[in-house]
Amino acid sequence: MKKLLIALLFTFVSTSAYAGGHSPCGVTDGSIKILANEFTTYRIFMDEVKSCAGPDADFSVTHSVDHNKLQVAALSANPAEFSAKLVTNGSITTLMNDNLIRPLDDLVAKYGSALQDNQKIVIDGKIYAVAFMANAQHLWYRESILNDLGIAVPSTYEEVIAAAEKIKASGKMANPYAGAFKSGWNLGQEFVNMYLGHGGDFFKAGTAEVSVNNAKGVAALNMLKRLTEVSNPDFLTQDTNAVKEEWESGNVALMHIWNSGAASLLDDEGDQAIKADTRLAPSPSVGGGSKPATTLWWDGFGIATNTSDENAEASFRALLGAATSTEMANANPNATIWLIDGYSPGDTAGPVVDAANRGATPYPSLPYMSLLHGALSTELVEFLQGNESAEKALADVEAAYVAKATEQGFL
Amino acid sequence: MPHRTFFWFFFPSGLAMLLFIGLPIISSFFQSLHIEPEQILMEVEKCDPFGCKTETKVDIEATTKLQEEQPLGRFNGLGTYGDRNHLAFDEIKEAWTNSSSIAEFTDILLNLPFYKALLFTLTFCFAVTPPVVVLGFIVALSVNTITKSLKGPTIFGVILPMIVTPLIGSLVLFWMIDAKGILGSFIQFLFDDPNLSLKSSSQLTWITLIIYGIWHNTPFAFVVFYAALQTVPQDPIEAAIIDGASRYERVRHIVIPHLYPVATFIILICLMDNFRVLEPIIGFAAEGVAQSLSWMIYNDLRSENKMLFGSAGATSMLTIIGVAILLTPVLIRTWREFRTER
Repeated sequence: MKKLLIALLFTFVSTSAYAGGHSPCGVTDGSIKILANEFTTYRIFMDEVKSCAGPDADFSVTHSVDHNKLQVAALSANPAEFSAKLVTNGSITTLMNDNLIRPLDDLVAKYGSALQDNQKIVIDGKIYAVAFMANAQHLWYRESILNDLGIAVPSTYEEVIAAAEKIKASGKMANPYAGAFKSGWNLGQEFVNMYLGHGGDFFKAGTAEVSVNNAKGVAALNMLKRLTEVSNPDFLTQDTNAVKEEWESGNVALMHIWNSGAASLLDDEGDQAIKADTRLAPSPSVGGGSKPATTLWWDGFGIATNTSDENAEASFRALLGAATSTEMANANPNATIWLIDGYSPGDTAGPVVDAANRGATPYPSLPYMSLLHGALSTELVEFLQGNESAEKALADVEAAYVAKATEQGFL
Repeated sequence: MPHRTFFWFFFPSGLAMLLFIGLPIISSFFQSLHIEPEQILMEVEKCDPFGCKTETKVDIEATTKLQEEQPLGRFNGLGTYGDRNHLAFDEIKEAWTNSSSIAEFTDILLNLPFYKALLFTLTFCFAVTPPVVVLGFIVALSVNTITKSLKGPTIFGVILPMIVTPLIGSLVLFWMIDAKGILGSFIQFLFDDPNLSLKSSSQLTWITLIIYGIWHNTPFAFVVFYAALQTVPQDPIEAAIIDGASRYERVRHIVIPHLYPVATFIILICLMDNFRVLEPIIGFAAEGVAQSLSWMIYNDLRSENKMLFGSAGATSMLTIIGVAILLTPVLIRTWREFRTER
């Protein structure tokens, strides 16, 4: 048994040795402490990081859906609570604003020969993060239900609502649509998608001055309202993971969630009849626009500024080993779209590629975007509950943003 | 007790209070007078898997230099207290001149974050405290009369809501009142309405939070009342029994007057505790419809970006002032009683 393990380990180490560069795996010095979001794809990735770090490494990972709220406090401390953080194009700006992640050029030069160029997140000529996957929200549907009622796969949100109303009228499901509308980050993200789908701009070009209280903003909000009317009445408390549970319980026939959801929705656990009936579709467009109402995301890792060089190198090596592991990517082709060299995409990659081709915009990486996202998170609730007009809600968003951006020194 | 003895007796706890409560309050106050230094922005090229483009970024060097020059940030005086996210003087003035009726003005006022949070906080305080005192008293009276062998287990059962961590207690209830949870579906069955959801309407969420608050706080009132009941003098009670007083009359004329100061103490602590309500809001995921002052502080420090120390400090100061105003009547009353007793 022990021999078998050693043999396996050996194969692993030898396959991940690179010509030219140093092998990143098998870390012995320094401690690796990672903060990451909580979803299945990240779990797969972290298993690979752990096995790359090796049995001798001092390794720990904290998975939390509140990672964005923890990151600034945790990485500001010196020494930082974590040596590395899994970041996205949304969360990296907050860390960049406060200089909490370090440039990685020297580490990439030493270990990163297997990295593809598009994995390097270069800001002002320096590499600040290494991306390993791409993600986007898109439509999911239950094929048998749409077929039974003779509904074509919706390609616009207007069709999504018509389809949901038809399913509701047929009596098959009481609340056929689901989206992550939980008040907080999720709700803000739904507005961001819908507003970009209507062709809106969040800020006056080149400034931190917000402008969402316009016809496009109102249209986006009204569309969200109509979607919540065909959703579970508890929509304000449902995040992505709760929506996935609704789906797996068979309560929902249409939903708009992350592509990486495939890792848990299409695995061997849960109701296999529902799994067999689950189909992925491109993200719908809205209001006659051509762009899909969604945003493109990359997920990667950054290394804390306030950690020792030794810990930084150890963390970088383990994470890089996973971020260049072709075996991991090809063993889990449907978990997400890996950006790793040699990966052949699975059959779930379509909707994200489609979104990119149809001109979906990446989530805005602006220093003050997180402040606006925060304002959207709290100020839209009353509108969705029917206690406030769309114009009033958007005026509140702008006012809340201005107060916060002034205190932060952006205005 | 001679003043000297009292001083040395009180000194250690006084010192701890000064160090761990007094100084942080002073530091929060200073922080609340400052805002972050100006952020210097620059245009740089950013490349990611979706391509390269020119985007805005914070000029870290220049901003860090500014931060080093002013570690507390820019002095803003009482500006943060008056901004829209706090007392919102300008918005109120504007609403007062522009609104045609008191109802419209109230609408605008209660839409401002601070006043919205204040309304919930006060509603929670005043809806939870009286039932807690009454229920705690009734439970204490009942437990006091049962046989000795049953007392231990009963007391344990009664104080269970206090033992359970607030966050866990509220999470358990949160799942039970889910539309598909045991309580949620029972309520739907009771009212014969399949779309009824306790989480979707603000009124029902408020009621849920208040009921949770009563459930969680009653054991505290019970414990204090129960301890005080053990000190009720037996002589007058026996005398009253001989005189033929009913149980109600004995409670009304002997027990309640004896427990009166204890009730004041419970009200004081309950008001103070409930003014700082936070955990149930998080546990019930009720941030959308019910925000308290403590939640505002929490949100400033744990939003998705840099911690807003100034804003959080200002809300903390306003909370302290709020608690002080709330407790004044009770404190004045206690002071008067104290004087008359002398």
